[in-house]
Amino acid sequence: MKNFSVKTIVAIGIGAALFFVLSTYVAIPTPIPNLKVSVHYPVIAVMAMLFGPVAGCLMGLIGHFLSDLASGWGVWWSWVAGSAFFGLAMGFVGFKIDLAKGDFGVKGAVIFNVVQVIAHLIAWGLIAPALDILIYSEPVEKIFLQGAVGSVGNIVSTAIVGTILCFAYAATRAKKGSLKMEK
Amino acid sequence: MIQLFNYIDRVSPIHRLTGASKLACMLCWVLAAMVTFDTRYLIALTVFALALFRVSRIKVSEVKVILIFSLVFLFMNNLLIYLFSPEHGVSLYGSRTVLLTFTNRYSITAQQLLYHANVVLKYTATIPVVILFVSTTQPSEFAASLNKIGVSYKISYSVSLALRYIPDVVDEYHSISLAQQARGVELSGKENLIKRLKGATAILMPLILSSMDRIEVVSNAMELRCFGKNPKRTWYRERKFTPLDYGTIVLGFALIAISLGLQAVNGGRYWNPFL
Repeated sequence: MKNFSVKTIVAIGIGAALFFVLSTYVAIPTPIPNLKVSVHYPVIAVMAMLFGPVAGCLMGLIGHFLSDLASGWGVWWSWVAGSAFFGLAMGFVGFKIDLAKGDFGVKGAVIFNVVQVIAHLIAWGLIAPALDILIYSEPVEKIFLQGAVGSVGNIVSTAIVGTILCFAYAATRAKKGSLKMEK
Repeated sequence: MIQLFNYIDRVSPIHRLTGASKLACMLCWVLAAMVTFDTRYLIALTVFALALFRVSRIKVSEVKVILIFSLVFLFMNNLLIYLFSPEHGVSLYGSRTVLLTFTNRYSITAQQLLYHANVVLKYTATIPVVILFVSTTQPSEFAASLNKIGVSYKISYSVSLALRYIPDVVDEYHSISLAQQARGVELSGKENLIKRLKGATAILMPLILSSMDRIEVVSNAMELRCFGKNPKRTWYRERKFTPLDYGTIVLGFALIAISLGLQAVNGGRYWNPFL
């Protein structure tokens, strides 16, 4: 915590603000009634990859905490923990793929998607339900159904939106070694 | 301008409390209600929370939207629980008292009703307190409060930045979205799902790029002012603790202590009247 750069601190703040806004105001309707695809996870994934696991974790934690606080259903620590874990996991992908240097090809897309699927499954299929059962002692079947619906929606939106965002962001960056000497 | 964190300015003892003590008390309160499944204690907490609501002079009509939202959420949650495991209470309390029988699976048992009562009470005991905290604490005092209860000031500052930039991000999202819609991006139900998601990226990409610029600008400004050089910092909104603040914090810890005490008395988290 002590050696956080100022940039990371600001990135956490802005990332959390993005999480809050996208999760509170933006939802894309799906053919199934009442089920909306949210787009905050793909954005957080990209931000986490750019700023590292600790920043990603805190973006998820603060963003989700604030949106729960403003929503009125009380703070669901179990789901907040899920978001924090997702940010953390995607932050580690950033060590492998240097998005800021424009390094995102087919290999990057494969790594990104494999990790995001696993991270979503652990977050909504394991961490959030386990804490829900521990804290609220809710029935196992109901919790795992919620977890399954949540993870499928998030996986699909992260796979489509997240991958396109990564490609688009990488394309805006100057690639390493992209300059050639004129002879 | 959107009404984020519905702060309502009033003169009341609860408004006079510092954010730090309210935050500490709210977190303790939520924790106490989370841990216990003692119906009597949850009823007491609910009554107490509603009484505090009265003291704060916040009117129910002022928090109507958020309240309706939580009631709908509460109803849906209970419905789902009942649909998926109508016998959950039976397995928790270890006995079965049938009150009404429709079909074998969905017969109403006293144990299930008690379990649902507990779930409902867990909400009613905590939601008023959360709403109370949000509507009696100035958002700018929130970060100072976090720092005061022991969160590192750099992270508190991140929270403060998040609160500061949420309205800006909303505005920006809105204008990017309008601009892209003018160019033919369709997000509503008229387009198929894949196209809609692609349309979303057309809005999100400019949003990410402008957020990156913003991060750059803000962090440069902070660095120029030597943010983070000293181990401590002061806050404009910070206030001195009064005896009432210490009382509030003690109250929070007392609630947790009662919650844990009841665990020992009941021999577990559940208060079981069916024994």
